[in-house]
Amino acid sequence: MRATVLRNGPSPVSASADSIVEVRGVSKYYGSVEALRSIDLDFPRGKLTSLLGPSGCGKTTLLKIIAGLITADAGTIAIDGKYVSTPGPERAFVFQDFALMPWATVLRNVAFGLELRGMDKTKRENIARHYIDEVGLAGFGDKYPHELSGGMRQRVGLARALSVDADVLLLDEPFSAVDEQNRRKFQEDLIRLRTNQNKTFIFVTHSIEEAVYISDRIVLLSPRPGRVSQVIEPQIDRSVDPERIHRDKHYLDTVEEIWQGLKQYVE
Amino acid sequence: MENSLRAERGAVSLASHSGWRDQSILLRFMSIALFAGAWEIAGRIPVSFAFPTFSDTMVAFVKLVADGSLPTAYLSTLQPLLLGVVLSAFLGVGLGTLCGLWRAGEWLLIPVFIVLQAAPVAAFIPMVTFIYGIGMTAKTLAVMILALPVIVLNTYKAVRNVNESLLVMCRSFLGTRWQTVAKIILPDASPVIFAGLRLGVAAGFVGVVLAELLITPTGIGDLITFHRSRADYAEMYATIGSIIALSTLTLIVLQWIEIRLFRPEKRGA
Repeated sequence: MRATVLRNGPSPVSASADSIVEVRGVSKYYGSVEALRSIDLDFPRGKLTSLLGPSGCGKTTLLKIIAGLITADAGTIAIDGKYVSTPGPERAFVFQDFALMPWATVLRNVAFGLELRGMDKTKRENIARHYIDEVGLAGFGDKYPHELSGGMRQRVGLARALSVDADVLLLDEPFSAVDEQNRRKFQEDLIRLRTNQNKTFIFVTHSIEEAVYISDRIVLLSPRPGRVSQVIEPQIDRSVDPERIHRDKHYLDTVEEIWQGLKQYVE
Repeated sequence: MENSLRAERGAVSLASHSGWRDQSILLRFMSIALFAGAWEIAGRIPVSFAFPTFSDTMVAFVKLVADGSLPTAYLSTLQPLLLGVVLSAFLGVGLGTLCGLWRAGEWLLIPVFIVLQAAPVAAFIPMVTFIYGIGMTAKTLAVMILALPVIVLNTYKAVRNVNESLLVMCRSFLGTRWQTVAKIILPDASPVIFAGLRLGVAAGFVGVVLAELLITPTGIGDLITFHRSRADYAEMYATIGSIIALSTLTLIVLQWIEIRLFRPEKRGA
């Protein structure tokens, strides 16, 4: 039950048996600042992988490159073996600032991805209602975003991403604008939700605890320039009561181990 | 630190203020009553022989409506006003959106409207008369000259400053350019666009009254001039008051349309 350290150093990861997202040699500059240097990564299908690192390590940049929202200066992204450089139907994004339309109800916000695809109203609203229930917002379909708390707004963002039935969900620090109590509850729900949804999650966070708590795999990025420094697979049994994970010895050990690894980059 | 602040802001939910709403309606009526009372007293002192009391003005208003002179005047004033305001609204929002989305349009048109907004445009009205005569065209143009710049500039600014994160969201969910404009940019910009429309409509009222005072002695402008020349000050004030009331009413209707159609989340807020 010990956390497995798969590798150290910047050498490329060997392609695992079934990876859905393949990142090869991705580099990105912002002006003269090197944000990402030659990233090679594979994201296994059906797993939740976290990109973890201190600010400035380019984790959000990497996520947005995978999403097709930012173009890389070098390298390729392949989803199911197909190269992509723009957003596509097989990926859905959950935004740090929620990005909800304030003038639209929860129902319309959740159905928005399907609305853009031209699905008819009754059909898309039925799908949206299903996912509103799924993320724990049953009965809130007619509310407007300003009537919801931060945690509930992000649930709307998650339901919107689930509605379009993408294979890969990209979450950009989804809980950073959510208060602590709501964040704990939301993390527990996310663990439960993952068991029903056969999807691949790529999750950006700067919280070590959060990453260890919810991830199957953690990719540690080091800053200036952003590089992969370590890949860790916490062996934590998540079928038990989520409350107990926080007191699990392996959970605490893994958190400590990652902290020791990241410490050097924090001034 | 920043995160906790954001979280706090996010967690704020709106409480209902039904008690406060009743009170605010009461206060509004009191404000009108206070104004009418002050006017009545000032008229009775009297401040000037040309300043009628509130009650005399009200009586004159009823008389003007009854003898048909006010309705006839409005029939003639409302045509260029309505035409000019509607044209300005559509043209202004259209041009403003275009300038907000398209760089070349911005460079070509925005400076013109900035100058027009800064200029004392009433000075153009004699020129308009010189070119277009004293008919309906001149009056409509007078309305548009005053209404258009503020509508164009507000729309342009609103479209330009649209919420960046919603644009990214729309792109990530595969929205086309046209969908982005129709479903994100225009709804997001609508509060500022409507603020521009309200200012534009108010300016349109100024335009039509100016045109009728300066160019064509018809309609409301003529009624004002006529009663002034006969020293029927109560009638003159009643006419002026009626156009102010109409202008206010139009703005309230416009606000209602905005909330009804574009910002349903502000209904009852």
